[in-house]
Amino acid sequence: MSTKLNVLTHVMVPDHQLMSEEEVSALLSRYHITTDQLPKIYHDDPAVKAIDAKVDDVIRIIRKSHTAGRAEAYRLVIRRPKK
Amino acid sequence: MPSPKRIGKIEFGLLSPKEIREMSVRKIIWADTYDDDGFPYPQGLMDLNLGVIDPGLRCKTCDQKASDCPGHFGHIELAKPVIHVGYTRLIRKLLRVTCRSCGRVLLSPDEIEKVVGTDEDSTGDQISEKDVKKERVCPYCGEQQLKINFEKPTTFSEVMVEEGKKVEHKLTPADIRARLEKIPDEDLIPLGINPKVARPEWTILTVLPVPPVTMRPSIILENGQRSEDDLTHKLVDIIRINQRFKENQDAGAPQLIIEDLWELLQYHVTTYLDNEVAGCPPARHRSGRPLKTLSQRLKGKDGRFRGSLSGKRVNFSSRTVISPDPNLSVSEVGVPRAVANEMTVPVRVTPYNIEELRQIVRTGPVRPNVGAPCGANYVIRPDNRRLRLGADNLETVADMIEPGYTVERQLRDGDVVLFNRQPSLHRMSIMSHRVKVMEGRTFRLNPAVCPPYNADFDGDEMNMHVPQTEEARAEASMLCSVQENILSPRFGGPIIGGIHDHISGIFMLTHLVRWFNKEETLYLLKPVKIEHMPPAGKTEDGVEYWSNKQVFSQILPAALNMVFKASSCQNCDTCKKELCDRDAYVRIFDGKLESGTIDKKAIGAFDGQIVNRIIRQYGMKRAAEFIDQVTKLSIRGIMIDGFSFGIDDEDLSKTEYGQIDDVLKNAALDVNRRIKIYEDGQLEPMPGRTVEETLEMQIMQVLGKARDQTGQIAGRHLGLGNSAVVMAVSGARGSMLNLTQMAGCIGQQSVRGERIVRGYDDRTLPHFKKGDRGADAHGFIAHSYKGGLNPTEFFFHAIGGREGLVDTAVRTSQSGYLQRRMINALQDLKVAYDGTVRTTGGRIIQFQYGEDSTDPTKSAFGDPVDVKGIVEAVLKEEV
Repeated sequence: MSTKLNVLTHVMVPDHQLMSEEEVSALLSRYHITTDQLPKIYHDDPAVKAIDAKVDDVIRIIRKSHTAGRAEAYRLVIRRPKK
Repeated sequence: MPSPKRIGKIEFGLLSPKEIREMSVRKIIWADTYDDDGFPYPQGLMDLNLGVIDPGLRCKTCDQKASDCPGHFGHIELAKPVIHVGYTRLIRKLLRVTCRSCGRVLLSPDEIEKVVGTDEDSTGDQISEKDVKKERVCPYCGEQQLKINFEKPTTFSEVMVEEGKKVEHKLTPADIRARLEKIPDEDLIPLGINPKVARPEWTILTVLPVPPVTMRPSIILENGQRSEDDLTHKLVDIIRINQRFKENQDAGAPQLIIEDLWELLQYHVTTYLDNEVAGCPPARHRSGRPLKTLSQRLKGKDGRFRGSLSGKRVNFSSRTVISPDPNLSVSEVGVPRAVANEMTVPVRVTPYNIEELRQIVRTGPVRPNVGAPCGANYVIRPDNRRLRLGADNLETVADMIEPGYTVERQLRDGDVVLFNRQPSLHRMSIMSHRVKVMEGRTFRLNPAVCPPYNADFDGDEMNMHVPQTEEARAEASMLCSVQENILSPRFGGPIIGGIHDHISGIFMLTHLVRWFNKEETLYLLKPVKIEHMPPAGKTEDGVEYWSNKQVFSQILPAALNMVFKASSCQNCDTCKKELCDRDAYVRIFDGKLESGTIDKKAIGAFDGQIVNRIIRQYGMKRAAEFIDQVTKLSIRGIMIDGFSFGIDDEDLSKTEYGQIDDVLKNAALDVNRRIKIYEDGQLEPMPGRTVEETLEMQIMQVLGKARDQTGQIAGRHLGLGNSAVVMAVSGARGSMLNLTQMAGCIGQQSVRGERIVRGYDDRTLPHFKKGDRGADAHGFIAHSYKGGLNPTEFFFHAIGGREGLVDTAVRTSQSGYLQRRMINALQDLKVAYDGTVRTTGGRIIQFQYGEDSTDPTKSAFGDPVDVKGIVEAVLKEEV
């Protein structure tokens, strides 16, 4: 009966995109970092589940910004520690 | 400097009895401290092996003097084991999760794995009390478990069922220790204990370390008596009881006495460790003051962590009351001579300054008046010996100095100092100023720098620090100077600018058009460094006159162009621009004030449009100059007419009082009419509201409108000739609402945004009938502050006022704590060269600082670029 809610369609949820391997390596070399220096997001985050990202994937989040109009952020998907 | 090292791991463990004995240099057996000759007893609490505090004696362990010996631990052998209060929680957990007979954890390997996980896939969790069900059977030996009761502070007991009744059987520390000993090492790991560094039985003390005397020094009072440290007192108690316990034990005393003594020993060891344990009366000094024992030394604001380690104390600082001096520059600070004579700057002697420094040394430590050259208090020889300068050695020392010496010179005019007012909530709370030595006993500062410090002169005190190195002085003057901090990073506008009388003064000076003759013009422009008088604005009967706008234009940069609305602007539907009745349309064309009044919007702290524009176009230095000049000009401006405010400034005429009475009377009638409608059940509720709420809202509205009307009536009578109106219109202080309340009507008092309803049954005060919903009965004050309140009004006013006070008190404490947490979270973040915000470990917090890489200090009130301002400056007209 119930239709599954797609969180990504909610107005307050910013756009989440799964990044390809090339994009990730470009990102890492742009900032001269390794993946563990990226901000993190848990694997069971509803938006992460919605775009079907797995642990160790990197996702791009595009938000509306008060200051810049549009802002991109990147997060590394990690496993949520139990409890 | 050694290179920074990364901490690999930190190990937390317990001291084993073996370790305690190994680190001990002496077994302590006597409760006495000093003998009659004042010499420490051997094997007493002040034993010379534990370190020395008396000068002249040498430590028996390390053979060092009192100043060098770090102190050494001793130990006391306890007659019977006692529980360490700090570990009662852990002991309780261990007793509850392990078997009472075999000591194994009461969970099967499968159950443990469920909680802890396997080696490859660990949950990071540990076995807790909840994982073990009550009174189960041991999966290893089959023993029936009993419920363990814990009673604060240190009593453990087992609940046994005997003949159908529950009987509590007390566990002695020795019993507990025996049970903890039985727990095998491998069972401790899932419990979160590393058995290599912390065996559980070590939480039960069998031997007590005695801290070195250096951490519990005795002090000698004026009457020659020794006064021991609280810790020593407590240790004396422990040794005494321990001794008695041993004697009784050896004599084979009855079990009851042994138990009593055991409990007493437990009490003393407990309070020695922590004198604020729940369920345990604190040990007291003879005077009745609770003793400050180990835990109390560490805990709390004045404890070792927050008070001693994180708390910083400095030399070269001073503190006194502040007072205003409008003749100082904003970047100066007036320093009392007494302070300047005491505080010093070290100067290295070089061939280039040796003569000057000789002269300074000859002057010595006493500066007779502010005009006199500075002297010096100390000279430091190349071998780091300090020579104090006094009247007797000035000449000798002056002749002695040569390159390599350092002279500690007194403060003199122009020295850079840091000036600070607590609470230091933002970076502008500490700014560097230039010293100006003055007579008197207070620090003097220009009132224009009050806003960043949030200072006033009702008794505020401020601190001054003198940087001691060239590097510190350079940083202070280039990064922290007042000039560099005019712009606030909070909103990207100037936080330093005119306040109070500066604004009233410049408003009165520049409002509409006034003409000044040459004498007046020169008086006004005296503090302004101008080289030529501008051509006169008009000549009447051969006398030259200059307009007030011309006078003000003299302090503006020559090519300044801007258009804005003054704070007296009423936001009319169609702006009359230059022809504005209130002269609120400010237009500056090529550095000349063409029209408009200068007020808070133009030069005030937080607003300061002109100040802001000068910073952007001409830089900080010119802006600081402008603030100095505008404050001085406005003070002279205000002194032409004088400015005062008194009780009779709130007087209105008979007509106005009549009108106000009418308004209030009509409002009261209107309120009553609406109450009548409500009581008749005729009131239509507003959507989403009850009838009562609707009535309340209507009444509030009617009364609010009535108060505003009285304000308008008062405002009509009081024109710009009234000081309060000048202050309100110019934005210097107060508002028209304050004026309304003084002259017209104070209006409705409220608690939580509603009319006052608390008090007695169905009424606020016994002066009213029950159920009275009228204006007077619920806190409407029809009188003005000038007219005076009647007793019920006065009481309602106090109720409303109290709410405001409570709100401020609550807000400050909450925002203070919030700020503390934010600072702790953000303090080490920095913006990297690639624009990312990172932690010290290089982890990225933000990919672009603020998402737009804009420094809020340099933004135009938040926007990255002030497009309108730039276009207007170029086109020289409003867009």
